[in-house]
Amino acid sequence: MAPDSFASASASASASADTGSPVKTRVPVVEGMHTTEGEPHLIGAKLAGRETYFFPKHLAGGDPAVNGPQDLEEVLLSRRGRVWSYTTSNYQPPPPFVAATDPYEPITIAAVELHKEQMVILGQCVAGVTPDDLSVGTEVELVIDTLYEDDEHEYLVWKWRPVSGDQ
Amino acid sequence: MEEIAVLGVGMHPWGKWGRNFVEYGTAAANEALGDAGVDWNDVGFVSGAITVRCGYPGYVAGSTFARALGFNGAQVASSYAACASGATALSVARGQILSGATDVALVVGADTTPKGFLAPNEGDRPDDMDWLRFKLVGATNPVYFGLQARRRMDLYGATSEDFARVKVKNSRHSVHNPRARFTKEYDIDDVANSPVVSDPLRLLDICATSDGGAALVVSSMDYARDRGVSDPVRVAGISTVTPTFPDTVIDLPYLATDSAAQTAPPARGFKASIADRVYAEAGLGPDDVDVAEVYDLSSALELDWYEQLGFCEVGEAEKLLRDGVTTIGGRLPVNPSGGLGAFGEAVPAQAIAQVCELTWQLRGQAQARQVEGARVGITANQGLFGHGSSVLVRR
Repeated sequence: MAPDSFASASASASASADTGSPVKTRVPVVEGMHTTEGEPHLIGAKLAGRETYFFPKHLAGGDPAVNGPQDLEEVLLSRRGRVWSYTTSNYQPPPPFVAATDPYEPITIAAVELHKEQMVILGQCVAGVTPDDLSVGTEVELVIDTLYEDDEHEYLVWKWRPVSGDQ
Repeated sequence: MEEIAVLGVGMHPWGKWGRNFVEYGTAAANEALGDAGVDWNDVGFVSGAITVRCGYPGYVAGSTFARALGFNGAQVASSYAACASGATALSVARGQILSGATDVALVVGADTTPKGFLAPNEGDRPDDMDWLRFKLVGATNPVYFGLQARRRMDLYGATSEDFARVKVKNSRHSVHNPRARFTKEYDIDDVANSPVVSDPLRLLDICATSDGGAALVVSSMDYARDRGVSDPVRVAGISTVTPTFPDTVIDLPYLATDSAAQTAPPARGFKASIADRVYAEAGLGPDDVDVAEVYDLSSALELDWYEQLGFCEVGEAEKLLRDGVTTIGGRLPVNPSGGLGAFGEAVPAQAIAQVCELTWQLRGQAQARQVEGARVGITANQGLFGHGSSVLVRR
């Protein structure tokens, strides 16, 4: 399936303006996890002087090669990787999960190994992606997308979107 | 490693009873004391495995059970290590015995679980990894099980039928276990016709959550000998190791693994390292094992344990299953109790229950599910936050 057929992650606010609905404020579900403007990135932590990364930044672990305080700096993680594995949640997860649709529709979830950081990160896939579209090794990229909305807000989170071709 | 004796074991039947967990744990403790022939007033240490869904963490488990049995002045501790809590409680008891602080200890864990998915604590909790995974991704426990199962399919060619075969095998075992919650025998079609929960896993591939309680009375070898118990089941090894950095397998409840960009992952991953430690303590290896109780949170996870415990090479677990090696009557039966698929998970009791089953097996008391001639047994489990455990028992 071509990536263009998956839901676009960036046009939601303008789309609602086009249809005459009030423009909703775009806010992250949880602050400090990812960018909300410009290029989509997860916000991670990096050990000073080492290529060791953590996500999320505020719950970073440590590297046992460092004796003493872990000197962490904020870093934007790269946004391309390969699918490590994938699955679905066919039943609505319990709170604090908020379903995007009523009734609930199954979501597809991928664990993706970032090329640069060599770490696996979990996330939902954009709407329209099913397990049939994925394999271990599928190239994907990070986007910032709507997790759920209320009357005034679109609540944002990171999701994975397959990339055309196998680069 | 110096050994300790398992003098007595006890289990409250697993089910969805909806009663206070203290009741299950106390029943199990009394059965274990009776089985050991040990007077409660002689117990010098109480090691409780903690459940976290009962107000104060398991109402502070160790002292709760000690109070229910009647405070006897014993020393007390409580352990929390998610699914490995029971093994950690056993490890603490072993330390007390081998240090000489006490001769005989009671290890006990019990749980009362709510219906449906296990879920994080309530409230707005962005500093809690367990909350974040539900809030931001909808990553329930079966989601992690589904990731593991799908990767097995894509990498090793496992099929849904292979996974179903685990359930079929364990359900056959469970028919003979009066303590199990589910004792119906299923066939492959039953599993295939159950609804998908987390692709590729179906409802009957995934374990339920249950109420239950289990207990052990353990002692020094000298104490056992002085009581005329010359050939007790012995605990020869306990492993409760953490992962070694970088752990690159995504697991509960994390959103991300460690990064391997600076340091290559260790040759032996987390689960294999759990097994390595217990074999090293016992001075035994996979070839010595006669029977195993492993954590089949999902059917596909049981297959993974065959490889992690060294029963076969990576990618060959399905063949071991298909060849009947892990069925009762085979060379190395796995989950003769019926496993989690038949019990449902009662978190703080489960690792203790595994040792109870192996004790019955090594004593030749497992009746219709007996593994003939079993002398060495191993348990394995894994829980949230980098916890896992293995216990090796021998006769």
